[in-house]
Amino acid sequence: MIGYFTAVQSAEVLAELAETNPDVVLLSQDFGPVGSFTARFPERHFDLGITEQNLVGVAAGLAHAGLLPFVLAMAPFLSMRAFEQIRTDCAYNRNNVKFLAPFAGLEAGAWGATHHAIEDIALLRAIPGMTVLSPADPDEAVRAVRAAAAVDGPVYIRIGGLMPIDGYDAPFRIGEAVTLRDGDDLTIVATGPCVAAALAAHDALRADGIGARVVNVHTIKPLDRDVITAAARETERVLTVEEHSVIGGLGGAVAEMLSAIGVGRLERLGIRDVFCTEVCPYPDLLRLHGLDATGIETAARALLAG
Amino acid sequence: MPDTVTLALARRAARLRRHVLTVAASGPAHVGGALSAADLMAALFFHWLRLDDATQPRDHFILSKGHAVHILHACLVERGMIDAAELRTCGMLGSRLGGHPTRRAPGVEFATGSLGHGLSVAMGIALGEQLRRTAARTVVLMGDGELQEGSVWEAALAAPRFGLEHLLAIVDYNRLQACGRVDEIIPLEPLADKWRAFRWNVQEIDGHDLAAIVGALDTLPAAHGPSVIIAHTIKGKGVPGIEGTTAAHYAALADEDIARAVAALGVDP
Repeated sequence: MIGYFTAVQSAEVLAELAETNPDVVLLSQDFGPVGSFTARFPERHFDLGITEQNLVGVAAGLAHAGLLPFVLAMAPFLSMRAFEQIRTDCAYNRNNVKFLAPFAGLEAGAWGATHHAIEDIALLRAIPGMTVLSPADPDEAVRAVRAAAAVDGPVYIRIGGLMPIDGYDAPFRIGEAVTLRDGDDLTIVATGPCVAAALAAHDALRADGIGARVVNVHTIKPLDRDVITAAARETERVLTVEEHSVIGGLGGAVAEMLSAIGVGRLERLGIRDVFCTEVCPYPDLLRLHGLDATGIETAARALLAG
Repeated sequence: MPDTVTLALARRAARLRRHVLTVAASGPAHVGGALSAADLMAALFFHWLRLDDATQPRDHFILSKGHAVHILHACLVERGMIDAAELRTCGMLGSRLGGHPTRRAPGVEFATGSLGHGLSVAMGIALGEQLRRTAARTVVLMGDGELQEGSVWEAALAAPRFGLEHLLAIVDYNRLQACGRVDEIIPLEPLADKWRAFRWNVQEIDGHDLAAIVGALDTLPAAHGPSVIIAHTIKGKGVPGIEGTTAAHYAALADEDIARAVAALGVDP
């Protein structure tokens, strides 16, 4: 539920935006009141119940009528059940709809694979004209919502089980990855909750004299070509880390970019093309799939040894 | 209602059908569902909808059965937004007119084609207009086969919850889908009862009787909730050789069939 509370916290930005912009409306699916937005703007919060296709179609219609809709819906169901409405009614028809998608990645934990969203990046980034954001901590999620509101076009904001990263307050500029730690031996390119784990892995590697650069890719699309290609040129080895399938996500996007320039050696850490069927809490699921700090550290050492 | 109104609309519908035949003369096309909707579209575009961008409120029209695009393009020709000669370019390199509505064509409000999207989009538009307290109407035209899509019923279930007196759905109930009879593939009956059970205001009319169409439109909006008009129609209406057959759905018409149909319509291109 961490991601959901992050999403609600992010929705406070909407209440603030709604004060000055009468076009801001919020759509959700059986989530009850959303932060202070519902109490402050009851006419502008629409609960569409347990639907995804209709939810997104309605949002597209609202945008078509000139409003600025934000859709709050669970990442697995939003990205998969309403994929075509996002693609056709929002992106293809150039409707300005923003999506806040908590429960991204494995955060639903023991609720099981039905509730894991490990394909959403692959799906969403394949849509022409779509911006895909994946903030690394709760405060960055708030900054992402603010940045998304200023974009003229559909934006998907993926929100996983985010924990605060101490002292992290870099300005959020869409399309600009943030280098959080310097290092010359390899670059860990991470997104979402994996960024915090990558920072812990950086510390463990540093204790061994290994310099791991850590880059937070909060924007999956458009991907920051400058920062990622520079990392590949300067550190040669690149390890992508994401709570997503190794197919089509951040690792896929980086692979596409690096293969085009023929530089660097890439390893992709993520869900290895399996459903995560183990019954256990979220942190254990991350550990079992090698996505905690230890798993990242191990993958980094393997990449350096190879 | 004065007879002159229905007579004028009947002439308009004949011209719309003539434009559809112009497209069909250039190659195979989804003619059946375009022709079955011609009378409905004539009444909507030339009697009821307020589509002038310069005046408010401006109404909205979504063609959810996007494969009936040629009847929409025909309306845009009659409104002077597309040149009649451009119809012959449909589907060709460089044309603004494709096999489903796109926003390349002037006057097309929403790009459609995948079935089951239009009712939700129309509901969203109507919700937006209601929020702004305008009197703008939002009309969505759906096919009957399209009602097999589950998303239609998500929207049908949700819309009355929000009032939406200015939302109108029309079902072009021609009883045929691409490869067979709707009643045999996945039947919709009792269709009017379904919409009533979902708390819509339901009218059931002959979709080729312009007096009935105009009468149904002119009694809107209802006091509470959205409305649906179930319009009983004939697929391919106006082309004697294909009327009421599955062959009408996507047809390459023979020159002599087109010539006979054009003669029967009695309008100049």
